[in-house]
Amino acid sequence: MLTLILYNVTNGLMLGAFYVLMALGLSLILNLSNVINFAHGNFLALGAYMALELTKVVGFWGAFLIAPLLTALVGVAVELLMRFVYRRDPVYSLLLTFGLAFVMQGLMLWWWGPAPQEMHMVPALEAPVSADLFFITWYRVFMVAIVIVTVIAVFAFLRYTRVGLRIRAGTLDLDTVAALGVNVKLLRTFNFTMGCLLAGLSGVLATGAIGINPNMGDDLLMPSFIAIIIGGVGSLTGTLFGGLLIGVTAALTAAVYPAASEVVIFVMLVLVLLIRPRGLMGEEGMLS
Amino acid sequence: MSSTATVTGAVDRPAQRRWLPLVAIWLALITAPVWFPLLGGYTALAGSVLVFGLAAMGLNLLLGFTGVLSFGHAAYFGLGAYGAGLTLKYVAASTPLAMLAGTLLGGLGGTLFGLLIVRRRGVYFAMCTIAFGQIFYYIAYKWNDFTGGFDGLRGFHREPIGLGALALDITDGNRFYYFTLVVFTLAVALMGFLLRSPFGRTLRAIRENERRARFLGIPIEQHIWLSFSISCFFTALAGTLYALLNNFADPLALHYSLSGFFVIMAVLGGMRSFWGPLLGAAVFVVLRDFLSSWTVNNWMAFLGAVFMLSVLFFPRGMLGMLKRRGVE
Repeated sequence: MLTLILYNVTNGLMLGAFYVLMALGLSLILNLSNVINFAHGNFLALGAYMALELTKVVGFWGAFLIAPLLTALVGVAVELLMRFVYRRDPVYSLLLTFGLAFVMQGLMLWWWGPAPQEMHMVPALEAPVSADLFFITWYRVFMVAIVIVTVIAVFAFLRYTRVGLRIRAGTLDLDTVAALGVNVKLLRTFNFTMGCLLAGLSGVLATGAIGINPNMGDDLLMPSFIAIIIGGVGSLTGTLFGGLLIGVTAALTAAVYPAASEVVIFVMLVLVLLIRPRGLMGEEGMLS
Repeated sequence: MSSTATVTGAVDRPAQRRWLPLVAIWLALITAPVWFPLLGGYTALAGSVLVFGLAAMGLNLLLGFTGVLSFGHAAYFGLGAYGAGLTLKYVAASTPLAMLAGTLLGGLGGTLFGLLIVRRRGVYFAMCTIAFGQIFYYIAYKWNDFTGGFDGLRGFHREPIGLGALALDITDGNRFYYFTLVVFTLAVALMGFLLRSPFGRTLRAIRENERRARFLGIPIEQHIWLSFSISCFFTALAGTLYALLNNFADPLALHYSLSGFFVIMAVLGGMRSFWGPLLGAAVFVVLRDFLSSWTVNNWMAFLGAVFMLSVLFFPRGMLGMLKRRGVE
């Protein structure tokens, strides 16, 4: 019984780690460019497929380093397209990423086919940590460690570098940042690319956790949206907190009643909208 | 329907030019079962155009005329469809009752949810509507015994409508098309009336300059909430027709991608014009039907590419471009 509960909780936490990475990337793009990236889940799938192909050539560790960068490169191309719609009504940027999601999914379906693919992991990572808790493999430990390191790196980057400072300032008031002589176009491209890099990284990590298929990111997209709303739009700390919160809550619910683990996320969304509409750490007036 | 010409903003055009497009639209709609099959379509496809057109026009009341972006209208469309289907299956074999139940379910669902988010604006509003809309998708998807789960709700079909001694048999495809057209006409007339009323003008004032409207003493939140609620009722009504048309309701009718399709229809046709969404729906339905028969697996990629190109190069939509040319 205890093992079963632990099993569900581990699964939930693993999903929570994906929510956090996905939501951080989405939130970065949303905060600075006011764009909801519907294709974020497809960037994750793209990262996973790139890792699948690269592993055949340079091995898992090489793929682990290169695949997110390649995904980010695709992100650069997409951002150059997005430049056409930034100054227009938000409906256009939404529809552009919405259309892009279909295109990316269709292309991956065409190239790799609909069947889920298996990836052979490094044997050392596939081994369980202990014989009793067979479901906790070293891969899962590795994954969570990478997510923690990445989150710390992103926050340190935004806090302590000049570019990070500009991104944070741009979140508050992009026009003033532009007036102060910052190249906002380049800043947006960089920021979008960083978001796609995070999606690509989650994709690489997902190769060992979720079956690789063109739709693999779709189920992660909606919880990531909810994590952002719960945490508060405009606050990256809020997004991190929201992602962890729904991950842990879904995990704990899964321990008691597995069928409700998705519904409980939506219940939390409604509660937050009812009690604190701006989100847990959002500021009133942000993005309004 | 002189109201609609005023709605499109063509007040000072000569009377003849104002009436001509309207006559053309209605003629085309009334004769659709005759000419549509000749062009390689089928009547049910023409019915789909009406159903999706009504849904997109309902959404456009909010999107184009109030300036508020909802990306979750499929939820209310699907609630309408499931409401009608479940009523026919479990409650009573009555088409009017099913339509009433579905419309109320979707409309009231939207009205309640609208209360939660009227203070949000822009992308944040859109995001709340997407996330909330998915709740119903998950419910329909998971509650297998009641809703049929992933396979959709089957086991119901549209019933003849009894009008006293007269029975109106709408089980036949062509007859159902005309039934849909009558419902569509009534709904669209009501919509045109609403948009022409002081309420509709207030909505447009909010769209053009929210802060100014607020300073004039207009209760903004109340108006946006009403507009959201009304547009959900129209979309839910379209949803009930969808269930009746296909004798089937599927979870994809609740999925956020359908919400995106509604927005695309409105933008593609021209979201600043009254009839734009109908035209967008026609293009979308025909294009999707053509692409899905032409390429088995990859119609989605082509459809997505069409979306992206039209967003990049034709942001005003088809009617928007025509109107602009007319002005110049």
